[in-house]
Amino acid sequence: MSEVLSVLLYGLVQAAVLLLVALGFSVTFGLSGIPNFAHGGVYILSGFVCWYLLRKLGWPHLLAAAGGVAVAAVVGVLLYWLVIRPVRRLVLAEVIATFAAGVAMLELFRWMGLVTYEFNLPPVVAGSVTLGELAVDAHRLAVVAAAAGLGLLLWWFGRATRTGLALRAMAQEEYTALSLGIREDFMATVSVALGSALAAVAAVLVLPLGLISINLGYDAMLVALALTVVGGTERTAGLVLAALLLGVATVAASVVLGPHWSEVIYLAAIVAVLAVRPSGILGRLKELEERV
Amino acid sequence: MRTAPAGYRRERLDRGIKVRSEDVFVLAGWGELLYRAGPRLAATVLLLVFPLLRPWTGEYWQTVFLVALAMMLAAVSWAFLENVGLVSLGHSLFFGAGGYLTALVALELRAPALVAVLVGSLAGSLTCALLLAPVLRLRGVYFSLVTFALPLLFSRIIEATKILGGTEGIVGVPGLGSLAARQYLLVAALLAAVFGLQRLLDSDYGLVLHAIRDNDVGVRASGIAVGRWKLAAIAVGSLPTSLAGGVLATHYHVVGMSAFALDYSVLPLTAAVLGGPGTMAGAAVGAALLVPVSELLRAFGTLRVVAYCALLVAALVAVPEGLFSLARRRYYQFERWVPV
Repeated sequence: MSEVLSVLLYGLVQAAVLLLVALGFSVTFGLSGIPNFAHGGVYILSGFVCWYLLRKLGWPHLLAAAGGVAVAAVVGVLLYWLVIRPVRRLVLAEVIATFAAGVAMLELFRWMGLVTYEFNLPPVVAGSVTLGELAVDAHRLAVVAAAAGLGLLLWWFGRATRTGLALRAMAQEEYTALSLGIREDFMATVSVALGSALAAVAAVLVLPLGLISINLGYDAMLVALALTVVGGTERTAGLVLAALLLGVATVAASVVLGPHWSEVIYLAAIVAVLAVRPSGILGRLKELEERV
Repeated sequence: MRTAPAGYRRERLDRGIKVRSEDVFVLAGWGELLYRAGPRLAATVLLLVFPLLRPWTGEYWQTVFLVALAMMLAAVSWAFLENVGLVSLGHSLFFGAGGYLTALVALELRAPALVAVLVGSLAGSLTCALLLAPVLRLRGVYFSLVTFALPLLFSRIIEATKILGGTEGIVGVPGLGSLAARQYLLVAALLAAVFGLQRLLDSDYGLVLHAIRDNDVGVRASGIAVGRWKLAAIAVGSLPTSLAGGVLATHYHVVGMSAFALDYSVLPLTAAVLGGPGTMAGAAVGAALLVPVSELLRAFGTLRVVAYCALLVAALVAVPEGLFSLARRRYYQFERWVPV
């Protein structure tokens, strides 16, 4: 019984991790249609920025985290203006250009030798909590809370702020939105910067669970892909549901079948969803047309 | 690109020799025929002669030539799939499949090396087509996402489950003849791929493939089973890469997880974009330029991948038509300023 509970609890934590990691990619893609394949690169970049501010310059933890997020947002803006904008609307060129930018970042870090044990981030909250008969460290619970909070915040942002409404208008009906005076470049910049900042938030919260490693950047892309395909991009709810399903499924698979099976789950989920419901578990017809 | 002076615009005209040699070539003399066939012949002769220059170039650059041939094949295969609208971010999947299956055929079935390479690469391309079959309903970005994920997943699975030799790979793959034999096998494959695939794309069959890229809903509305065409395109288009993987496996006598490494995905992509997307020859030219440069950068380790990526972004932004297309335009056309 306690094993089932522990799978569920750690599944929930894993779901929060997946959601955090995928949120930035999904937000950018959903809002402006830019497939930001540099997401994984920005994710690791902000992790290293945070590490540098914290360990080398000795900034307080919160400030270092904020610095990481700010740098990521600036990188997002640069990415839009230098890499994405020259090839905007050529969807596949966008994919190739951002992919190249992301790989360049990750491999640059690998070359700089940032792959040893000293590269780690401290947990946001120290200590552990006992829930019933299960002991969980407080940081993991903080991750769950942060994921839930961010999800709600984004939901509110998209519905209650002018910028959020403008972004959603661009996503839904581009020409009408343009005729209402919504500035395309500004909105796209905001969406990429927001996605990058979210990647940095994820880095600050998720990276303390292990070491900062280059491969986590590629993993982040994999997770973002799986969640985007399974959940659909139109609704945050789809993403949350996909994160919950995949989180519990991966934890259960690693407990029952062995630790290396969890990654196979992503691929299986992608293929199954594409075969049965190509628009994602909560997707609608509009997306179906775009995808299939 | 220079901007026109005030009051002028740029005009591009076909050179007279192009018009004469293409449209009324029955009357053309040797010079005009050579003008048409020259570049092709020169490239072919260069490919055929280079292995013979071994006493002058040394062993090292001959090996580089072999690797360059493999990458040219991969770039051509990338460019072919791009023509069908299937942009692959994971070409190392094809490369690795060819390598591993060649090794398996050679070691498990004890087949001679040549048979192993041919059977293994064919099996590799078919396996890839079957693997990608469930996701062929996807298009554009979504397809690219999946191709990006597949090689990553494969190397993880191999690492974790220790199948196919695990992290150490399959060692003891028998060699395929001499270095020159391997080179000529790849040269033959490259010539067949460049000219054959280009011809395929220019035929009626290619018309459908291009139409799938441009408007697949329209193609489906014309009563053509898009999925089946894409499947065939993957099977054909992945063959050159998988052959390259097979030959390099016999060259190194080992095939390991590095066959699924990012280099083999990024290099063909960069080469094709740099050389000129859309044409097979452009992709090959791009790879022929990139591989020697990347050999010179070998000392920098993974910084090479960074360099490819920077080059890729620069090429996309600065020369979107590609170097090959640029050169071809200069060859066939001239430019002049005309008053507006």
